[in-house]
Amino acid sequence: MFTLLAVLAGALLRATFSSSDIVQASSTGRVGDSLIYASPVEVLFSHDGARLYVLCQGSDQVRVLDAASFKTIRNVAVGHIPRGFSLSPDGSRLFVANTWDDTLSVIDTGTMAVVATWPVGAEPSSVIEDRECKYLFVANRISNDVAVLDAQTGAEVKRLAAGNGASYMTLSPDGKRLYVTHVYPNSAPARTVPESEITVIDTARAVVVDRIPLHGIAGVFHVAFSADGRLGVAAGLYPKNLVPLAHLEHGGAFADTLTLFGADVGNKPVEVPLDELERYAARPFGVAIMPDKSRIFVTSGGSEMVTSIDLPRLLAFIRGHHGPFVEDLSASSNYVITRIAVGHDPRAVALTGDSRRLIVANRLEDTLSVIDTRSNRLLSTIPLEGSRQLSVLRHGEQTFYTADQSFQGQIGCANCHIDSTFDDLTWDLEPDGMGRNIVDNRPLESLKGTEPFKWNGGNPDIPTECGPRTEKYFWRSETYDDLTLADLATYIRSLPARPNRWRLTDGTLTPAQERGQAIFARATDRFGNPIPLANRCSYCHSGPKGTIQKSFDVGTKKETDDSGLLDTPQLENIALTAPYLHDGSARTLEEIWTVFNPNDKHGRTNDLTKDELNDLVEYLRTR
Amino acid sequence: MKIRTGNRLAISALGLIAALLAAGAIGAQPPKPRAPQALAPPQLPRYRFENFTTANGLPDNHVFAVLVDGDRIWAGTENGLAVYENHKWKTYTTSDGLAQRAVLSLALDKRTGDVWAGTMGGLSRISGGRIDSYTQLNSGLSNDVVYGVSVEGENVWVATAAGACRLNLRTGQWSLFNERNTPMIEIWVYGVSATPTKVYYAVWGSGILEFDQKTGRWDKYEDPDGETELVLFKDQGLIHEITSSVSYVDNILWVATYFGDSRYDGRYWHNFLTKDSGLPSNFTNYVKGVDAKSAWFCTDKGLAYYDGANWAVYRPSLTTGKPEMTVRDAQGNVTPVAVTTAPAHNYILGIDFQGDDIWVATAKGLSHGIRQKP
Repeated sequence: MFTLLAVLAGALLRATFSSSDIVQASSTGRVGDSLIYASPVEVLFSHDGARLYVLCQGSDQVRVLDAASFKTIRNVAVGHIPRGFSLSPDGSRLFVANTWDDTLSVIDTGTMAVVATWPVGAEPSSVIEDRECKYLFVANRISNDVAVLDAQTGAEVKRLAAGNGASYMTLSPDGKRLYVTHVYPNSAPARTVPESEITVIDTARAVVVDRIPLHGIAGVFHVAFSADGRLGVAAGLYPKNLVPLAHLEHGGAFADTLTLFGADVGNKPVEVPLDELERYAARPFGVAIMPDKSRIFVTSGGSEMVTSIDLPRLLAFIRGHHGPFVEDLSASSNYVITRIAVGHDPRAVALTGDSRRLIVANRLEDTLSVIDTRSNRLLSTIPLEGSRQLSVLRHGEQTFYTADQSFQGQIGCANCHIDSTFDDLTWDLEPDGMGRNIVDNRPLESLKGTEPFKWNGGNPDIPTECGPRTEKYFWRSETYDDLTLADLATYIRSLPARPNRWRLTDGTLTPAQERGQAIFARATDRFGNPIPLANRCSYCHSGPKGTIQKSFDVGTKKETDDSGLLDTPQLENIALTAPYLHDGSARTLEEIWTVFNPNDKHGRTNDLTKDELNDLVEYLRTR
Repeated sequence: MKIRTGNRLAISALGLIAALLAAGAIGAQPPKPRAPQALAPPQLPRYRFENFTTANGLPDNHVFAVLVDGDRIWAGTENGLAVYENHKWKTYTTSDGLAQRAVLSLALDKRTGDVWAGTMGGLSRISGGRIDSYTQLNSGLSNDVVYGVSVEGENVWVATAAGACRLNLRTGQWSLFNERNTPMIEIWVYGVSATPTKVYYAVWGSGILEFDQKTGRWDKYEDPDGETELVLFKDQGLIHEITSSVSYVDNILWVATYFGDSRYDGRYWHNFLTKDSGLPSNFTNYVKGVDAKSAWFCTDKGLAYYDGANWAVYRPSLTTGKPEMTVRDAQGNVTPVAVTTAPAHNYILGIDFQGDDIWVATAKGLSHGIRQKP
């Protein structure tokens, strides 16, 4: 019977899927329907503490709950896939950042109606109004900046350069500074230690005044401040991508960290691990600091838990020891009080006004966990309205985001594919020797029609890519049953492409994009010589996804590569996926041709003028 | 007056015929020493200069550009970008991410506070201490030798050794401007001045290019006498094709060339040469307009200020090296003014204003001109 099910599942996986016609791939109570889930990602209390606002990414809503009973008062529809929200200083307006619409929803908290929808930058992920109600600051993940809007009209005043993948923000307690994190590392030379930052903005002048360096960190999420303003805390990932990933059992692929900064820790930020041997805190995300500075609470999405930290002991540890601490698996025992199990993929947290309760949004469970902050115990789990059935897609998504499948629960798919995208890092994956076959991480959007997978084209389909090979080389375990793997593959295959931000809304191309399109499609070079078919952009990057689904040697083989024969990557949203080439050696699209195509093997391009190359890049950004 | 390229040959021929006449027509009068009974010289700004060199913190004495950013002073030197703040110098180098060590030009994005530095090896943005660099290899920048940079709104306008370009900070799009899509003949672009209405490029050998921000159209201003060194008629048009710098202030275009300087109000040109103005040298590296009537000229023989009628020159004496200031009134009377300090060198490359004070980039140091009240 098991064999039959496995065969059936495998057959289904090889069928054509889309998010609208998912068929049942399991017999474990999971349904094939595309159900709508709430997927809560953020929570916050009204200023009077009477209401709890829950930002539901799956249902595109702000749910307004009674803070005492958790009963629903109202559901407010907002834009598509909201990621962040905040209240105005007087609590009269609730601002919601909608990532796929590139808009802000402005909700009147008196009427609980959306009173305005303002356009902002690319993939707005969080929003905060300054104390004087002069500016709205919006962190834009794709445009890597913070948009400054007129808080009354929504008109954009300017944009400030932030970190790569700018996403989460917090105000200092006095409101004078805004601290911004980002989920992808900043651009750096290939195979160097990742560098990130916390961008510090003067809210009165709306200018960047400092950038706190986060050495070795790639992927920074929520950031919080102590009430006295002396300590900032950010949750982040410390990837070990410069050493082979084949050694998960020797310390892991990531350290899950908190970065502390501010007067309490001196001039330099301090990174401390949350992990301990055999108990990892995979993918730290949400952070809260008790007003009396007794505790820090941190969610870990992959480990499905909240870590409670004794803050005085943590500060004493830092002051009493010499760092770095980040890879020391014995360190956290000095300051971790306990780890509290919560729901699937816990994200943001909020403290009640009296700080006696901590509310946790469990994104992939549609629940809220209520934790007693004095006893560090889970008091209750509040289900949000919606389907309690588990769909194939939902189960696949849970599998994608959990770290349970890996050795000691260290990592999950979402470690490297942040929010189901990628991580902007290059990795040394296979046990083929130190520094061999370095590969750039590729995005997961709209994968149908882009097979085979892996840079060497070695995996014909997603189950092969994500199944035994992943278990063996990544997870160092054998935990997937066939149906779980089927659901995971179904989820991955369902991921759509994000909206392209470089295309004009009417579908036409700008003059530069049109010129670039002609270069992409050209069959003769500037001198009238025919370009061999296999040396035209439009040949290898043909079809709707921009890949002919075959491998070619485009002259990019490095000494560390076993072969120059490489899978043709798809072009969808290519503008978002720097660095480029199989090993991430090209930091920008331009470098693919200005640096790494000396012999025209990667398309005939060396006859192009700089103008023409710029046009080609402009066109590629529309793909 | 706008002279089209097609007119150049005819004008050059006329120039050959009328050379001697022209020379006589605008014949220079040597500076007239002020007679003892003349009126008191005009009151032009006086400064006490404090000079910075490697001896007191600068990374290099060759200072190509200076930028005032509130209380901070940025100096583009041959060996790094230096910033003076709280009486201390800090230097950014290539190890900090600077595109190249020789910094030729500077601009401030007044909205964001970011500083843009044009170098011999690319364009760098300094923002909150982080430096992002754009080169011709890693971006759409037209060429790595960046002589000029100017920020207006969400666009960064760049002058390079191989054409001009514009970076849109919102979209990331680079637009190149060269002989293929503008009236530019030469592509060696030395200076740029961007405003909400117009953008001007100073193009070596190709006069001044004008971009209308509203229509997106290009126009061009050239020397009516072409590439000859003759001036047929005074104030007929741009003084020379070999332009080095441009500044557009209060709808007035100020142009520096290596053969004199020009002012254009949209209808009339007014040209400045050593022989008919207080300009200390026709070889002008940089010009910065203050307003519609006054401007500063940075020449190889000193720093000059023009207030619309009178001139002042600040420099170490060309003969003795002693501090020197002279004032020339509208009648051409020249009066020395007793001073005890002068800019660090008479080869001046740049200037910026800090309230009433000036900061001056020279070939042998950076000078802070502290305004002296009468």
